[in-house]
Amino acid sequence: MAYVAIADRDHEQEHHDPQTFITKYVWSQDHKVIAVQYGITAIFVGLIALGLSAMMRLQLGFPDQFSFINPENYYQFITMHGMIMVIYLLTALFLGGFGNYLIPLMCGSRDMVFPYMNMLSYWVYLLSVIILVISFFVPGGSTGAGWTLYPPQAIMPGTPGIDLGIILMLISLAVFIVAFTMGGLNYVTTVLQARCKGMTLMRMPLSVWGIFIATILGLLAFPALLVSAIMMLFDKTLYTSFFMPAISSMGVDPGYTGGSPILFQHLFWFFGHPEVYIVALPAFGIVSDLLSTHARKNIFGYRMMVWAIIVIGGLSFVVWAHHMYVSGMNPYFGFFFATTTLIIAVPTAIKVYNWVLTLWEGNIHLRVPMLFAIGFIFTFIHGGLTGLFLGNVTIDLPLSDTYFVVAHFHMVMGVSPILVVFGAIYHWWPKITGRMYNETLGKWHFWMTFLGTYSIYLPMHYLGFAGVPRRYFAMGNTEFLPDSAQDLNAWITMSALFVAASQILFFVNMIWSLTRGPKSDPNPWGATTLEWQTPDHPPKHGNWGHDLPEVHRWAYDYSVPGYEADFIPQNVPADKAPAGRSHGVEEH
Amino acid sequence: MEIALIFLALILATLLGWLLKQSFNTQPWVADVVSDTAHHGPLGTNSKLVALLTLLAVITSFFALIMSAYSLRMELGDWVPMTEPRLLWVNTGLLVAASLVFQWTRNAAINGRDSALKPGLVLTGVLTAAFVAGQLLAWNQLQQSGQFMTSNPANAFFYFLTGAHAVHILGGMVVWARATTRVMLDRGDALRTRRSIELCAIYWHFLLLVWLVLFGLLLST
Repeated sequence: MAYVAIADRDHEQEHHDPQTFITKYVWSQDHKVIAVQYGITAIFVGLIALGLSAMMRLQLGFPDQFSFINPENYYQFITMHGMIMVIYLLTALFLGGFGNYLIPLMCGSRDMVFPYMNMLSYWVYLLSVIILVISFFVPGGSTGAGWTLYPPQAIMPGTPGIDLGIILMLISLAVFIVAFTMGGLNYVTTVLQARCKGMTLMRMPLSVWGIFIATILGLLAFPALLVSAIMMLFDKTLYTSFFMPAISSMGVDPGYTGGSPILFQHLFWFFGHPEVYIVALPAFGIVSDLLSTHARKNIFGYRMMVWAIIVIGGLSFVVWAHHMYVSGMNPYFGFFFATTTLIIAVPTAIKVYNWVLTLWEGNIHLRVPMLFAIGFIFTFIHGGLTGLFLGNVTIDLPLSDTYFVVAHFHMVMGVSPILVVFGAIYHWWPKITGRMYNETLGKWHFWMTFLGTYSIYLPMHYLGFAGVPRRYFAMGNTEFLPDSAQDLNAWITMSALFVAASQILFFVNMIWSLTRGPKSDPNPWGATTLEWQTPDHPPKHGNWGHDLPEVHRWAYDYSVPGYEADFIPQNVPADKAPAGRSHGVEEH
Repeated sequence: MEIALIFLALILATLLGWLLKQSFNTQPWVADVVSDTAHHGPLGTNSKLVALLTLLAVITSFFALIMSAYSLRMELGDWVPMTEPRLLWVNTGLLVAASLVFQWTRNAAINGRDSALKPGLVLTGVLTAAFVAGQLLAWNQLQQSGQFMTSNPANAFFYFLTGAHAVHILGGMVVWARATTRVMLDRGDALRTRRSIELCAIYWHFLLLVWLVLFGLLLST
């Protein structure tokens, strides 16, 4: 009871309701408002990155037709597209956005444990975004070193944006990491310390598990990016030789003495690979909850799902060098990393089987969030299988610099997480805004996005097999490439523009919903988790009114035999409703 | 990267062990009456302590990665081992003293000997500030003898490691300054001040440990 008393005292001391517009919506310490701020900012920069990808596709599909795209621009577009999508959109949206919104509500707490630091986290994130955007407009433009920022080319003449562009990029990353660390400390501490009564770890919804483990990965992995960013800044501004080898550029010796570019690659990918799972694990968790809720069935193998998330998180730290097979490493080294990489397929496959088994004999409602969740299973399996190809050194070597890799990673960590982002937005939209959106428009949005992205990335695999090199501005007169490769590229560009344009449906739908959408039911999907059981709809500051909720069961009591409703919320006591799984009740 | 991996393995093993304890043999699908202890965090009710320990894990990862980079970079041909200034021994002594005084102050805070807080905190501050000043002096000595950051990768790492450590010390001094102001002006809730001193002391011991490891690495190479 001691803990509840402290939580209530906190409520009196720190959670006094904000009064003015500024404290309520701008300098807000409410996790729900901060989540929306994170979300809007991330989606805004994401749209910039989407625009950049459209520009790249225009050049690739219709080479040299557009005078505003030259090789320098093209490399800047690639770099900023990748960097924004991976870090400033996906990481920020999943952890800063959904993490902020869902952790306190799903765990039954009033807010994050440190609301002030949470607010600071958002504003520092916004600062990093502003620095990033400024880098587009400085002399020389933003950096064009590729999102991996490999030295020596990242800071050597010949690469666009080697002056202020790269410096601002590195500073922006460092600032982002500070913001993420402040947020991350909050998410971890809130999950560990502020769960309501009865919410044991093994009763937490899988969304919280995914976000929790992803946050831990982020906290331990982002320092690697910070270290490499700082050391690269020294190499750039003070002419140290951490990464820069003895090199002469266009007849000029810049004075570097013998650093190791490979060292940078090690540090970068020590961050870079966990980063994949920082994005993927929250998606895994959220998808599990969407599938279970909309199939009216308990998640198959809950404990296995939790442990798969944890094992994937642990393994993600020992596979980083599979991004470096082409860097010329010791074959035994490659063998080790190929093995660890393929081992990750085991827990990941467990998760996929369990998702499919959750759908089996379920009462599947093909609502918009469910469509996106099922779409994710397709794209994720697809991207995961090509990952098995690339995880093997011998197959990776010829494919590494082709469009096969582009197709693989866009499928697995571009399309898949974005489908989950949309699914999650459609799922929690009624809770966040209190209004419903147009189902039909949402379904159109799903099918156009889903089929459109397949139309982009499936042909890319063939381009990769044909040997079309990635990163090239123009193919020139390459003998071994058939003319049809160019036709395929034109088709991919048309598809990409189609997918980009179809996102308008999403924004139209959401703006319509905000202004004219019908009021939603407090629990429109009949979900069991705590955020749908709040006394106010949408939840007010402090979330739970006077009394914190008490949890009596796990989050997956759907279609329990012998109970009239097909779901039992987590806060319904054991004596009011039976417990058990819809299958295998006889086990206990 | 072995150093980073070892540190990470330790951190992850701790976490895994604890998670195993939480999840082993549980039957999440069984609904039951709420037990009082089930929702408690691993360390009772002190959220700030949990946040601090998490932060220490992040900082550990940060320094472990720099040390990994150090050991990888060291193997390349242009590395010339440097002789560390003797002054570093004095600085180490200062930091050890700061930690000891902080521990004494913390014990005084816990046992309610409030009169000891002011001198204890001030002395800690002076010793820590002297450490930072000593580090700057060591940098100055190196520069006097022509050992700049660009002279050699060993030098670059020396400046980077000591600088990064000093920045973390300064960050700790911000929190220390807040606690000290509260004690000096006799303001604020005594319990909160005591907690703040406790957490600061942990942070000081941690940075001392980091420094000893870094110093050992610098001396041995």
